[in-house]
Parts: sequence; C-alpha cells; structure tokens
Amino acid sequence: MNSRDKILSAIAANQPEKTALPDISGFKGAEEDLQSKYATVLTTIGGKIYFVKDENEIAAAVATQFSQAKRIVNLVDNLHIENAETVISDPEIHNLKNVDLAIIKAKFAVAENGAVWITEKDVQPRVLPFICEHLAVVINDGIIFSTMHEAYQKIATLEEYGYGSFIAGPSKTADIEQSLVIGAHGPRSMSVFVKI
Amino acid sequence: MHESTKDHAALAALFNKDEERVNWHDETLWWIRQKRDKNVHQLPEWEALREAASQIKFNVLSNLHDYLLEFEKNATANGVQVHWAADAKEHNEIVHRLLQEHKVDRMVKSKSMLTEECGLNEYLAEQGIEVIDSDLGERIVQLAKEPPSHIVLPCIHKKKEEIGDLFHQYLGTPANVADPQLLTEAARQHLRDVFLTRRAALTGVNFAVAETGEFVVCTNEGNADMGAHLADVHIASMGIEKLIPERKHLGIFLRLLTRSATGQPITTYSSHFKKPRKETPIHIILVDNGRSVQLGRKEFRNSLKCIRCGACMNTCPVYRRSGGHSYHTAVAGPIGSILAPNLDMKKYKDLPFASTLCGSCSNVCPVKIDIHDQLYKWRQELVKEGYTPAAKTISMKLMAQTLSSPTLYNAAGKSGRFVLKHAPFLVNNKLNPWYKEREMPEAPKESFREWYKKRN
Repeated sequence: MNSRDKILSAIAANQPEKTALPDISGFKGAEEDLQSKYATVLTTIGGKIYFVKDENEIAAAVATQFSQAKRIVNLVDNLHIENAETVISDPEIHNLKNVDLAIIKAKFAVAENGAVWITEKDVQPRVLPFICEHLAVVINDGIIFSTMHEAYQKIATLEEYGYGSFIAGPSKTADIEQSLVIGAHGPRSMSVFVKI
Repeated sequence: MHESTKDHAALAALFNKDEERVNWHDETLWWIRQKRDKNVHQLPEWEALREAASQIKFNVLSNLHDYLLEFEKNATANGVQVHWAADAKEHNEIVHRLLQEHKVDRMVKSKSMLTEECGLNEYLAEQGIEVIDSDLGERIVQLAKEPPSHIVLPCIHKKKEEIGDLFHQYLGTPANVADPQLLTEAARQHLRDVFLTRRAALTGVNFAVAETGEFVVCTNEGNADMGAHLADVHIASMGIEKLIPERKHLGIFLRLLTRSATGQPITTYSSHFKKPRKETPIHIILVDNGRSVQLGRKEFRNSLKCIRCGACMNTCPVYRRSGGHSYHTAVAGPIGSILAPNLDMKKYKDLPFASTLCGSCSNVCPVKIDIHDQLYKWRQELVKEGYTPAAKTISMKLMAQTLSSPTLYNAAGKSGRFVLKHAPFLVNNKLNPWYKEREMPEAPKESFREWYKKRN
C-alpha cells in the first residue's frame, strides 16, 4: 500500500463519528461608522488612510507623499501618475527589486482589521505588493465591510482567483525583544485611498 | 530538532539559573497575553467564535478522510501537485526529491513548525542542500544554531544584545549594535538578497480549504510571499489536520488566530494560494507523522484541533518561567506537551508533568482544546504504561496509604509540624525539590482537627 492509501485507511479507521458543522451565518459586524472604524484600525497597525473624491486627489497626495520615489508602478486605471509604469512588461520579475512605490487596486477593505483584499487579476505579478519599498492601495468602489464574515461572503460572489491576499498595513516584525519594527521584508509603508 | 537527554525539570533548572532573564521572559510573554486580552475583549462574539471554531474542527476530525480526498481533487484541478507523506522521513525525502528535480541546492524557507517537527533543515544539510530561514526570529535562532523556543515568537528567549552579537558575527553589522530597528534593517538587506537568489521556496500552511483546494499562509513580515512569488518552485508542507471544510470558515479562523497569538486583529498578510503562477509549480505535501494515530486516541484527539497560535504558551506559568527549550520538542508549552507523547511516549514522558494544571491554557485556546485535562489524562496513561520514575511511584503509594488512613494521617501531620518547627533543615534542603526557590512556610501549632476537638 502506498503512503496515500495507508494514511487514508488509518484515518478512516480512526476518525470519530461524524459531527455536524455549525451554522455561522449569524456572525456579522456591529452597526457602526465603518469609515471611521477602518481609519482608526488601519492607523493603529501602521497604515495611512486617505478618503478621496477622485483620481486627481490621489495623484496629488502621491506627488506630495512620495516625491522621492524614482521608480513607480501604477496599476490603477484612470489614475495618472507622472513617470509611472502602468504595465510590467519585463518577464524577469526579480527586476522589480528597485520599485519604490507600487499603486494597486483592491476590491474592498475590512474595518475590523484594516485589511484590503487584492487578487492576482488586479495585481500582476504576484510579488509586486511585497517587493516594493512602499505600497499604495486604491479602493475604487469605496467598499468597506465590517468583518471577515462579510468579506468572505463578497469573495464568494467575485470572480475566482489563482492567488489572493488580505493585506493589512506595512510589513512588520517584533521578533527582537517584542519591539515593533515597520518594514520587515515587504513595504515600509502602506497608504490606502478609499474613494467616497 | 535538538536531542537532549535532560528532562523538562533539569532543562528548566538550567534556564532558572539566570533569575533576571527568567523574570524578563515571564513579563514579556505575559505582556503578549495582556495584548491578546485587550484585543479579544473588543469582540462581544468572542466566545461564540471559539465555539464555532471548535465545532468546525470537530467536524473536520470526524470527516477527515473525505475532506482530504476533496482537497486533493480540487487542488489537483487547480494545477497544484499533491504529495502524501506517512512520516517525517518520507516528508523530507519528498522535499529532497523535488529540489533535485529542479536542480536546486539552496532553498529559502518561511516559518513551518512542521518542518521543525520533521527535522527538515538537518536532513537537507546532510544532503548538501542549504536552507535559509526567512522569518526574522527563525533566522536569528538558525544563526545561533538553536531551535525556535516558541512557535510564533521563535527567539523570544534572546536578548537584543545577543542578537546584535550574532549579526555582528554573521551579517557584518558593527559591534555592540543592539537597536531592534537597525538589526531588523540589516536582516532585511541580508534576506532580500536571499529572496532574490533562491529558486526554491518552502512555506508552511495555516489553513487548507477542502472546498476550493486553496491554502492560506499568514505572516507579518511578508517572507512567505517574497519567497514563494520569486522562486521557480513553491513547496508547501502541511499537517493533515490543517484542513477546514469551506472557504467561508476562514472568516472564523482568521479572526481568532492572530488575536489569540499576538493581540493583533489579523496578520499583515493572509495569502490564499490556489493556482500556481505560469510555469512555476506548487507542490503541497500532506504529512501524517503520527496524526492518524492520535486521531484514534479518543482522549487525546482534540489536540489535533490546534491552529498553532501559541496563546497557551504565553499564558502558561510554567512555560513563561522555564523557557521553550526546556520542552525539548519542536512545539513547546502546554499544547506541545499533549502532542509530543503521542509521537514518542518514552522520550516525552516528562512533558505532561511540566504543568500546574491551572487550566489557563484551556481558557485562552481559540479552538477550545481541553489542554489541561489532556495533560492530566496523559499523566494517567504514562503511569499505567510504567513511564514514571520509581521514586515518584513509591512516594505516591505512600501518600495514598497515608491519606486513606486517619491514624497515619494524624501521625504524619504531627511529625510534619514538629519537623518544620524544630528542625526545618530536614526539609528545607537541596534534596527536597519542593523548597527550590521557595521560602519556608510557618508551621501551624495544631491541626484543624486538634483545634476543633478543643473547641467542643
């Protein structure tokens, strides 16, 4: 018998009598001001929040905040950023190592934890939001869900993904004596632009 | 994994030599426990979430056979290659074979306690393959040639000055730099080079979804994603108990995991890997290594519900004061003490006794594992199997006789009080472990029974 069959037959012999799955449809967030909740949580975890009316406001904020950025990748439609690349045509993804700022789209944000949901369709290649020095995310439809339950309900209605990620704030570590340091292996900052 | 002939008590005694460090270790972990409380108390539905998570995990254990098949079918349809490993040895061999197939002799790894359990790094080193751990804490203990002392905080036992010395020696930072910001920056530069040059990446798995065939990896640093997205091949190792039935259940578990672990609302990155990138295969290795046996132990199978948050360690009064290395197993603390004896009862016979049975671990466990009950049950199992030291068996028998006979009990009490009062050195000495690091209690003049008799 191969290992697969050995493992499966041992499990079949040893697993207890079947128990039911709980109904989790009742879990949902409290009714509250999701914009202010999201802003508070994102700020607490080291992110920056901008509520904006249109792309011009985003472009202006980017110009001020990231005036030092030399290489910018901008994957957001209708957003014009001076000297930014709008597609990654170089198949050698390792060459992204000097991207100072990546601007990407997210489907929605989650108030309880500050996260945004991104998928491979909007963010190509996958490594971009991790390898860049700074990350900016635009929530085009301004959607903020209260909790992860609503988030997964939404994901179930969206197009299937090959890769997706919740990103909540800049990369960080507290491995040295529990001192929080922002900028571990990924971006040193995360700015979220919510269109309202 | 490090081998040790010393038991938990002996290893804890080593750790306890440096009282200042013990206090610091204790306070740091308690601070994390407090952060957890603060975060958890913001959710009125916390207990309902724990209960739901517990029920989902029970359902998984009761239907694991079918969920594994469902996961295999869906992951395969997604283009992910599924492998099965009966034990640690087979897991390591599969990893080695995959690396050989891709002609790779250097690999970057993100945190995976399973590969610690399997001793993967040591095995691959013997085969001439270099593995670099990319989680900062894991990299630090790897440079120090030590195993992680905590599943979430691998170098929680290390002072920043010691880390500064390690980085000075291995990464070329200036001497006597102990600033966490500067040290982290040095590690970032060092590991960035690793990410950019390694063609194979191995990650752990936090959750795998039967319904969709995807798996989720959670990190704060972004190291799993940096490794996996830059490499030509991604290998993911997971214990078979990491499955959950449906994607919507991630909503429950992702809400519980990091709040329990570090008091954060979620990790910075919760990445869902479903399909491979173009021409860059994903291999997932489903590892049993004793789990199917544990599933058959009615009293102990609950331990397989564990989602590896580490909350039971942060709260444990024994763990906090004895350090993770005293458990001499990959997963330390209360949960490790109920998992390890399943793998090797003889080798880990001391661990179920490394507890006060206070129950704090069970109270914080996000999936409601009855950890302290299981510790107690393992003790009974170990006594039954004859794995307890003879001295303990004899003294327990003596105590049982004394407690069951009023005459003996009275006499024992009288002589005990006499000794404590007139000859305390007879008990307050190095031979009596009860008096280690403790002050003598004052002996009462009379017993309750004597006092009660006088009153009437």
